Amino acid sequence: MGADATRLAYLVTIVTFILALRFLSNPAHARRGNQIGAAGMIGAIVVTWIKIGTTSWWAIAIGMLIGGGFGAVAARKVKMTAMPQMVALFNGVGGGAAALIALSELHRILPEPGAPKVDISVAIALSALIGSISFAGSMVAFAKLQELIGGRPITYAGQQVVNGAIFAAALAAGIALVAGVQDEWLLWALIGGSLLFGVLFVLPIGGADMPVVISLLNAFTGLAVAAGGFELENNVLIVSGMLVGASGTLLTLMMGRAMNRSITNVLFSAFGQITAGAGATTTATGAVRPTTADDVAVMLAYAQKVVVVPGYGMAVAQAQHDVRALADLLESRGVEVTYAIHPVAGRMPGHMNVLLAEANVPYPALKEMDEANGEFPRTDVSLVIGANDVVNPDARSNQGSPIYGMPILNVDQSKAVIVLKRSMNPGFAGIDNPLFLEPNTMMLFGDAKESVAKLTAAVKAL
Amino acid sequence: MSGHGALLVFEVTILVLAIFLGFEVISKVPTLLHTPLMSGTNAIHGIVIVGAMIVLGLPDKSTFMWIVGFGAVVLASANVVGGFVVTDRMLEMFKKREPPKKEDGAGGS
Repeated sequence: MGADATRLAYLVTIVTFILALRFLSNPAHARRGNQIGAAGMIGAIVVTWIKIGTTSWWAIAIGMLIGGGFGAVAARKVKMTAMPQMVALFNGVGGGAAALIALSELHRILPEPGAPKVDISVAIALSALIGSISFAGSMVAFAKLQELIGGRPITYAGQQVVNGAIFAAALAAGIALVAGVQDEWLLWALIGGSLLFGVLFVLPIGGADMPVVISLLNAFTGLAVAAGGFELENNVLIVSGMLVGASGTLLTLMMGRAMNRSITNVLFSAFGQITAGAGATTTATGAVRPTTADDVAVMLAYAQKVVVVPGYGMAVAQAQHDVRALADLLESRGVEVTYAIHPVAGRMPGHMNVLLAEANVPYPALKEMDEANGEFPRTDVSLVIGANDVVNPDARSNQGSPIYGMPILNVDQSKAVIVLKRSMNPGFAGIDNPLFLEPNTMMLFGDAKESVAKLTAAVKAL
Repeated sequence: MSGHGALLVFEVTILVLAIFLGFEVISKVPTLLHTPLMSGTNAIHGIVIVGAMIVLGLPDKSTFMWIVGFGAVVLASANVVGGFVVTDRMLEMFKKREPPKKEDGAGGS
């Protein structure tokens, strides 16, 4: 197969990827799009293999079997609640591959006579830098989400100075490489520094900010792959990598906007460390009113409209199936049930939608924030399940609150609010929530899954 | 302009066009599908497998390049297969109406 034919075949692959993304605009044919993209990927692999010929074919085959086998098993076995860490893991390995390609390419071109072309060495330095950060950062994100290490921010004095210095050192190694210092150790230093930076830069970021981090790391891997395309002068890598880079960047910005915080604030402020001081500024007074499953069941059963507001707590308790069962029961009694989804609820963009889809909730019932907020004033009962910061009215009214200005779901406008919560411990960010003290709010304490199951039983008994 | 210079300009051109295309296509994806979008783009950057294959498929490699290239192929294949399979599993779940069945599916899977 000639070089032109190969490039044309790669163009077909690019088109399938664009179609895959285009089809994602509608849930009805999104799955078809993904299959088209997968077919395009297989096509690119076949074409590449034909081009390479038989050189090291068995090594490529064994490598693919190991990697692909691991990927297939992990992706099939993973529970839907563990999806954020799985996405982080697959993202990280892609970044790692891009960094390794850079390492191999530098090793190949350095012994050649004359200095490497500047654009090639820039591409090598960039894909090694970004790919390594993405790899290490994704692994830390994976470890945090898998709870191998604590989800709370890990901070120490002078952290940002240390991180900045490490990043500057890695960058300096890259610049020296581009400037013509032909020493492979520079690339090792660059990769080592970037890996360390990747670890240190994700460690201080709290679990609640993971949606931003995961989409940012996704963009990073895309950029690293695009840079790899410049190294190998390969269009399919450039275009596909950049599509992902653009999409990840846009998604990151959207997540930041949904929290009304700049990306730099999310990445460098170790949010969640703000504890004692912030709580003191809360103005709401009153007492928390605990309630029982039987009381709530009556309210739900005789309501006209119930809105479920899920948060990370629902994911942790794996309560989505029980929530769906409760909603079915209520609907069979003529109650209108919808779900209000905050864009940053959970640990990755759109996390709650996936969990509820897993529990067979039809997607038209899942309402985005703007639409949901229009409905709260005519809602009888808002059922807040494991959500906290995204329903905190302080974000609207208390300028002293760390989340002031973040758009929230206005559950406090509904006639009654039932909050399912483990205990009165403050939420992940350690911020007080005056919603719990409002006169129309009642608290149902306990594990979300058990509480919802009790509610279902109590409604059935009515 | 030398051959390499022309190639570079061409590559930068398609890079810039890809940025705009990316923004354009992604802005049409509803928030409902943001997780599959992330996972789907995750699978797409698995195209790095092509680069990994090219590196491992080079003739006259040193042992070092053998090892590095093999590592790249393993990582990239995990990215490709895992990315597409996870995305498929997610998208399979998004349904407009529940399939007709008697029991309510509580505690399923």
